[in-house]
Amino acid sequence: MSDLTKAEVAEQTREMDLLRFATAGSVDDGKSTLIGRLLLDSKSIFEDQLEAVEATSQSKGYDYTDLALLTDGLRSEREQGITIDVAYRYFATPTRKFIIADTPGHVQYTRNMVTGASTADLGLVLVDARQGLTEQSRRHAVLLSLLRVPHLVLAINKMDLVDFSQEIYERIHAEFTQFATKLNIPDLSVIPISALAGDNVVNRSENMAWYSGPTLMHHLEHVHVASDRDLQDVRFPVQYVVRPKSDEHHDYRGYGGMVAGGVLKPGDEVVVLPSGMTSKIAGIDLFDQEVTEAFPPMSVTVRLEDDVDVSRGDMIARVNNAPKPSQDIDAMICWMTNEPLRPRQKLAIKHTTRTARALVKDIQYRLDVNTLHRDQETKELGLNEIGRVQLRTTVPLLCDPYSKNRTTGSFILIDEATGVTVGAGMINSGS
Amino acid sequence: MTETHADYRLSQLDQLEAESIHIFREVAAEFERPVLMFSGGKDSIVMMRLAEKAFYPAKIPFPVLQVDTGYDFPEVLACRDNWVNRLGARLIVASVEEAIRDGVVVDDGKTSRNRLQIGTLLNALEEGGFTAAFGGGRRDEEKARAKERVYSHRDEFGQWDPKMQRPELWSLYNGRIHEGEHMRIFPISNWTELDIWHYIGREGIEIPSIYFSHQRRVFERDGMLLSESEHNPTRGNETVEERTVRFRTVGDLTLTGCVESEADTIDKIIDEIAVARVTERGATRGDDRFSEAAMEDRKKEGYF
Repeated sequence: MSDLTKAEVAEQTREMDLLRFATAGSVDDGKSTLIGRLLLDSKSIFEDQLEAVEATSQSKGYDYTDLALLTDGLRSEREQGITIDVAYRYFATPTRKFIIADTPGHVQYTRNMVTGASTADLGLVLVDARQGLTEQSRRHAVLLSLLRVPHLVLAINKMDLVDFSQEIYERIHAEFTQFATKLNIPDLSVIPISALAGDNVVNRSENMAWYSGPTLMHHLEHVHVASDRDLQDVRFPVQYVVRPKSDEHHDYRGYGGMVAGGVLKPGDEVVVLPSGMTSKIAGIDLFDQEVTEAFPPMSVTVRLEDDVDVSRGDMIARVNNAPKPSQDIDAMICWMTNEPLRPRQKLAIKHTTRTARALVKDIQYRLDVNTLHRDQETKELGLNEIGRVQLRTTVPLLCDPYSKNRTTGSFILIDEATGVTVGAGMINSGS
Repeated sequence: MTETHADYRLSQLDQLEAESIHIFREVAAEFERPVLMFSGGKDSIVMMRLAEKAFYPAKIPFPVLQVDTGYDFPEVLACRDNWVNRLGARLIVASVEEAIRDGVVVDDGKTSRNRLQIGTLLNALEEGGFTAAFGGGRRDEEKARAKERVYSHRDEFGQWDPKMQRPELWSLYNGRIHEGEHMRIFPISNWTELDIWHYIGREGIEIPSIYFSHQRRVFERDGMLLSESEHNPTRGNETVEERTVRFRTVGDLTLTGCVESEADTIDKIIDEIAVARVTERGATRGDDRFSEAAMEDRKKEGYF
């Protein structure tokens, strides 16, 4: 980042783009310190916040300002000195606005990591240079890969405590690259940093001349994310039918929704699923304006030429490129509640704008996220476990493989009695 | 026809707008009785605009609820009326004064109107049978809010339990509630203060005039500049003088401080905010100052 003032940053807020990233790391990897550093060095922290943190640090007897205190929001977290839930942070540089999903790293909170990663364009895994890769850092990489987060950064932290050793960096780098071959990581960067001292976070480290790559901030600012979305396959889940029934707009009938894939244009021939009726797009409205095209993640209102029957839960796609409606779903499920997932269990399922009921037909295997071993003997999935599951749904889902589209390929499972979200699913295929 | 971006890139402000519209539509589709909580502040104005856009050309399919503390700025009430009239929305006003009179909340003379609002609000939600209440909370405002979901579950007592929050993944929101419970919905969770101002500027929409620089009779208390008012008698050696000020937040006028400012346009406000070194709550909200965990406590009780 260059030395622009906040006023100049402000001027560009309107047109800049957005990067959502998820951070993962163990309690002691210095994750909160790194986030504090990013906020501080991008001038996103205000005087009163910094003063409060300085005062708390002093009262705790620290001889440095504990930047982790900036992000530990809930009282119980401050008492325990750990982060217990996903927290969202915001900062901006002249080119980008960033939303950080800050997720806790310890074992029992896998569900939070999955939650944070679900919307992330980039995943940031922190390791302590003194420890090297741990079971936890491997697990974080596996989860980010499973959630199809397209960009991954491995930040090797606390380089100041290993004398900025190139050898240690190379060793961890090689070990991780080797491990990553088993995963699905389209873009990997490995950056040596010191979050506490600031080396290679925003400013280039003078202590690591051997490192020629970008600083962490430079990488975050420039990583290309626009092409990560599917612009080929039109997917428009109908969310809300707009019918004013007023004198002025007597015959208006539009379908509100967020574009999940592809580019929609007026005149396009489309099919409405699951009915299979075809029509043409008459117009696309964005509030009181008509637009010439709509693409992800725009929220628009689509009008069709014919008076076909369309309601919430339906999907608009192209005639020759539509998902196949399916009641048999094969998916990876992350289980998020104490009571285990078992065959024959019935749950509510929410997929795009469609809600149905699902029956667990089979648990094929449980995935050990540390070793990637598939345990086929398992009969259930416990809290924070991930496995491959077959579901049968009461109505067809209009889905794509998660690897193709993160919106039409994902779903949540809800316990019908408690109403709680108990599982997150990523579809392998519908058949 | 409006041309969209040739490179299929959406600016961050457009992405935020799209996300918020998605949330408004999702709630309108899935909840039986939603209501939009309107505080009169800039965040609720942006909420009104987003709701307007989400359902256009239809009217917004839910009423607007405002808690009248009795200590509201008249400029804010005027702006509220303009918005409600323009959108043709139904306005419900829940009065703290009436709640005190009816014994719904107890005014012990020490509790701020902001705290009395909690009981009044919960009572109004219950009376209206509302199952979802939209609020203008932003996660950048405060540390406890940073951890709150877009769909924030409230039990029969209107309480928030930070440790029992439902995981919220992708853009799949879970709106299941039991009888007597309700959901608070925060469609602008991911907006920052700067985003709000840019959006107000871009949309050219009306906000209460007290956000802009004006002459006002004020006095200093606990390092804050408060407005002279019959509801807020001066104490001891506090002296009233006229200064050029504006408000950064809008709330109970006995507690909401103003700042000295010459910013009389949105652009000037944006410039001012961009170089401001103190958060908006820290600068001007007496009710958040009592303890570091003040907001967390009020939220658990059912505060916005």
